[in-house]
Amino acid sequence: MNASPTRDFFVGLFVLAGLLALAYMSFSIGNLQYKGTGGLQVFATFDQIAGLKPKAPVEIAGVKVGQVIGISLDDTYRARVDLDLDKDLQLPIDSSAAIVTAGLLGDRYIQLTPGAEETFLQPGEQIAYTESALVMERLIGKFLVNVDDKPEEKADKPAAHDP
Amino acid sequence: MLRLLRRLGRPLGKVIEQLGRIAAFTGHILAVTVHPPLRLREFVDEVFKAGVLSILIICVSGMAVGMVLGLQGYNTLVRFGAENSLGAVVGLSLIREMGPVLTALLTTGRAGSAVTAEIGAMKATEQLDGLRMMAVDPIDYVIRPKAWAMVVAMPLLSALFIVAGIAGGYLVGVVLMGIDSGTFLSSLENAVDFDDDVAGSILKSVIFGTLVGLISTYRGYSATPTSAGVSAATTSTVVLASVSVLIFDYFITALWRV
Repeated sequence: MNASPTRDFFVGLFVLAGLLALAYMSFSIGNLQYKGTGGLQVFATFDQIAGLKPKAPVEIAGVKVGQVIGISLDDTYRARVDLDLDKDLQLPIDSSAAIVTAGLLGDRYIQLTPGAEETFLQPGEQIAYTESALVMERLIGKFLVNVDDKPEEKADKPAAHDP
Repeated sequence: MLRLLRRLGRPLGKVIEQLGRIAAFTGHILAVTVHPPLRLREFVDEVFKAGVLSILIICVSGMAVGMVLGLQGYNTLVRFGAENSLGAVVGLSLIREMGPVLTALLTTGRAGSAVTAEIGAMKATEQLDGLRMMAVDPIDYVIRPKAWAMVVAMPLLSALFIVAGIAGGYLVGVVLMGIDSGTFLSSLENAVDFDDDVAGSILKSVIFGTLVGLISTYRGYSATPTSAGVSAATTSTVVLASVSVLIFDYFITALWRV
């Protein structure tokens, strides 16, 4: 087949468009980013993590500062969650971590509340204060048990809360 | 009893023989690939035929599939009040399954059949023998650029299909149905992960490209050198490539969870 500059141009254009589409897919939609190792790696233990998954975001005041990199069971049968936080984040040692849910049925993520101490967490240290995840089924169960206990009370005093 | 066993064994032997021939064919292509010259000229021409000429059908089909996904997804999700996750539905299904598989099927029909017909016609008109007479290996000169062009073009076409599909889903979801633009895009970006979804999608399309490239060139090369033989080879390319793409898709998904 004859060499044709127009054809070569279109092949180049096609490869460029394809690579752009791949890049859009990877970087913009797939959130691929170069992750340099050596962020601030700390861990926290929880009684109940209820559906927290690796790669879940870690936020302070709604701003993403890191992600969950590992979940395991420690010697005392509590859940150990390893976090990879931004390298230059200075977190007071009395900060606390809570597992919260985005919306009623949304994904779980970790919310950090910075403490007031002057000393900061070093890599490998533990976030001491934690608050476990709320399990919706358990809450509903408790609520139903409480309702069952005192149905007649409610019926007797319909206006109990009136002043 | 012996006759029964023999009757069972004969087709099995044929299948194994075919597999062996394809393996030898693949080995031959790989062997000539590592030998210079590179034959870039032929390769670029084949990428033009397999890739550039398929762009229109890929983009139009991708757009249509994305719009249908958007519409179907919206109508189902709105019953649960979950229409805000339409972006995730459209994006995940396109990236994980629809993009690579439908691109492979469309490219088989659009380019794979043409490759088989071209090679088959060359064989029927004794052009391949002519090349051999001039001490040119037809696998090196004719087959190799066509097979590699398919491997290279498939992931690029699949990416174009996916982007066109997401545009179609966006069009239906945001412009027609009135989902908030930011909601659509953020649900899409939150749901799709590079390691879990996008890397698997690229892996799939590269494997499908290899399959379609190998099957279409092999079927043309091994065609009976008559008009009927070429037409049978072209049909068998489309059937075999489509079926093996779908079967491989299941196993790739099951093995790598992509």
